[in-house]
Amino acid sequence: MLKILKTRIHQGYRTSQYPTKPLTLHRHFKGLPQVNTACRDEMAQRCAEMCPQEAIDAKKRLIDLGKCVFCGLCERISNGEFVHFTNEFAMAATRREDLLTSGAMPDLTVHRRKDVQGLFGRSVQLRQVSAGGCNACEADTNVLNTPFFDLSRFGIGFAASPRHADGIHVTGPVTRNMREALLRTYDAVPEPKIVIAAGCCAISGGPFRGSPEIIPLETLVPVDLYIPGCPPHPMTNLDAFLRFFK
Amino acid sequence: MADFLTIQNGRPFKRIQVPYLHFSEFRTNLLKLAFKGAEVVQFFAYQEDPSIKEVLMLGFNAPSRDFFSYEEEGTVQLMAVLRKDHQLFAVQTTAPETFDALSRQDMRFQLFEREIAEQFGLIPKDHPWLKPVRYHANCRGVKDVFGNDYTQDIPGNYPYFQVEGEEIHEVGVGPVHAGIIEPGHFRFQCIGERVLHLEIQLGYQHRGVEPLLTSVPFKRLPILIEGIAGDTAVGNALCFSQAMEALLNLTPDDGAKTLRTVALELERIANHVGDLGALSGDVAFNSSAAYFGRIRGEFLNLLLVMAGNRFGKNLVRPGGVTMGLIEDSRNLILSKIKELRPEIKEVGDLLFSAHTVQARFDGCGVVSREIPLVGVAGRASGIDYDVRQAFPTEKYSEIPACLHTRTHGGVFSRAMVRFEEILHSLDIIERLLQRPVTTQPVVWTGEVSLASSSCVTTLNEAWRGELSHCVLTDSRGGILRYKIKDPSFHNWTGLAMALRNEEISDFPLNNKSFNLSYCGFDL
Ligand code: SF4
Ligand code: SF4
Repeated sequence: MLKILKTRIHQGYRTSQYPTKPLTLHRHFKGLPQVNTACRDEMAQRCAEMCPQEAIDAKKRLIDLGKCVFCGLCERISNGEFVHFTNEFAMAATRREDLLTSGAMPDLTVHRRKDVQGLFGRSVQLRQVSAGGCNACEADTNVLNTPFFDLSRFGIGFAASPRHADGIHVTGPVTRNMREALLRTYDAVPEPKIVIAAGCCAISGGPFRGSPEIIPLETLVPVDLYIPGCPPHPMTNLDAFLRFFK
Repeated sequence: MADFLTIQNGRPFKRIQVPYLHFSEFRTNLLKLAFKGAEVVQFFAYQEDPSIKEVLMLGFNAPSRDFFSYEEEGTVQLMAVLRKDHQLFAVQTTAPETFDALSRQDMRFQLFEREIAEQFGLIPKDHPWLKPVRYHANCRGVKDVFGNDYTQDIPGNYPYFQVEGEEIHEVGVGPVHAGIIEPGHFRFQCIGERVLHLEIQLGYQHRGVEPLLTSVPFKRLPILIEGIAGDTAVGNALCFSQAMEALLNLTPDDGAKTLRTVALELERIANHVGDLGALSGDVAFNSSAAYFGRIRGEFLNLLLVMAGNRFGKNLVRPGGVTMGLIEDSRNLILSKIKELRPEIKEVGDLLFSAHTVQARFDGCGVVSREIPLVGVAGRASGIDYDVRQAFPTEKYSEIPACLHTRTHGGVFSRAMVRFEEILHSLDIIERLLQRPVTTQPVVWTGEVSLASSSCVTTLNEAWRGELSHCVLTDSRGGILRYKIKDPSFHNWTGLAMALRNEEISDFPLNNKSFNLSYCGFDL
């Protein structure tokens, strides 16, 4: 017992004060990209060709955050000329086309579903469905329950049963072998319900795009909120939840 | 060992150098070697590219064997890599469409043979446990071994093992579980609370990674590789990069080796710390669950400092690393270790000395060392195998082994091995980062051609255990076959065995004590 108390004192209080106080991630974090529209054409073209995710539109100088894995290759090979990845973690969008960006994200609260905040603003339960990703998305969703992020203080939680949930939070490219389970989970959530696609796998197939073993999420259910990343940083998730539901 | 080629971890060889035996001889030799205590590192099927077939035939000079006669027997090749006494042995054959299962004699081959059956449609005759591994059609479009129609949903024809008797009942759990975890199906045969048998049926995460690796442009490879299992992104990137380095004749500089070793150890620490937290949670010991949960995050954040993201993705690439380590970051890592080591020791002491915890951990889920497990679970059962010692890569030949005090094979040992490894890894990192690290960063654009008609096998001690990739190239320097083996491929059986005669309520605890990968297994 004494040990428990002693450790408790040593560990102290660790919960972040976000969003009351702003939080800045380490400057090495690869977050929202800032595309340099003045970049030379050949350089933009080279970046587009080399991008492993084919996420770059060289002509329009846009990066598709729904495909990008934030590998930083385009930044490295262009030596920052084409793009610089900032440490800004807020990147979510409610419309797929908004993820094509050169650095400015439209205000999520303008385009979000309007029926959600009144219904779920004070309390929302999500059912997480892991559908074929690499489990990093799930892991960085799970940490929202650790003391630092402490998700439950915002009235947001993850439910064990879809019957108790207000929406599903999907990660992974949706494998053929998870299609049925995903649809059944979705059907079991009472209306009105929300679908969140978290991570580039759920948004676009991610690294696995083109595999005959996957079925794009958007062809199965309508998506209300897109959270980019590979995986999305816990703060990217948290920011998305707060701006979508609150 | 004349019938095998002795190979080195991460060293390339021409495929023609690998002894090419008649199947019956191949079978006998493998069984003999396994009987002498060898373990299977790789055993998989592949299809030859037509141009190589000719080369193989022309270069084939074993007068006692008539190569051409094998041709009629089949079109699928088998390749095996076994390990024994810190040595690796390779051998190949052409497989008949139906062959006598090696598993009849030696259970080490059972899952490999099921995988061969599923991926290539070959029939391992009289296999004692012939069931689908991941549930997908075979790549040759031949008749399905399991009689499945893959337009139907998983699990298809999956004959679950059933215990019969009046008081026997069955409990099915998953694929979708209550928490935020990956999908998988568990089926328990119980008498009262006691589990007689647990069957683990996976495949829900199957994305078709291996076929993708041979069909996508090279620029996509590292991204795919790091998507095999996010918690092992560094481990997989390392296996991949070492394989590419072998086939491209690249040598990473010393600084890169240091940073790759540091990243692999940070990945280990973060996962082990997280597991100790999860184990605490499962025995309702909330204080250490919360503390370890938070401390895990500290290590993920150190990976972010090194790589730009919390899982160490995009750092390790063929030829080195993509980012050097600036002095600020080196000092930050060292000071964090100084700060966190006493915290980990204190919270660990709290956990392991609590009577309530001991009562749940001790003697629970014991696995005999007869079961060939790898990594943490293996060492916890007294199997003295660590790739870092047996087949060292990167900076590991300079690093002393981690010693373990508890090797009884149960939950307590698996937790203790993790705890000891965390402290050992902290020492490794401190030692490697004593001095400033300089390296020339690399990029991977995939604009390369690999050594043709070659092969390389790489092994690393990822945090769960032995992780291995094997790459075969064709005559034009493309990838003919990319085989991945996650440590979970060996260890899921361990979890099933651990549950025998345990209470079903101890399943979550045992499951966490192994913490195996679904996506790494399902590919
Ligand atoms: S950071 Fe994104 S856009 Fe740039 S190369 Fe990588 S995946 Fe492509
Ligand atoms: S988006 Fe990236 S991190 Fe998330 S599951 Fe897919 S590969 Fe893993």
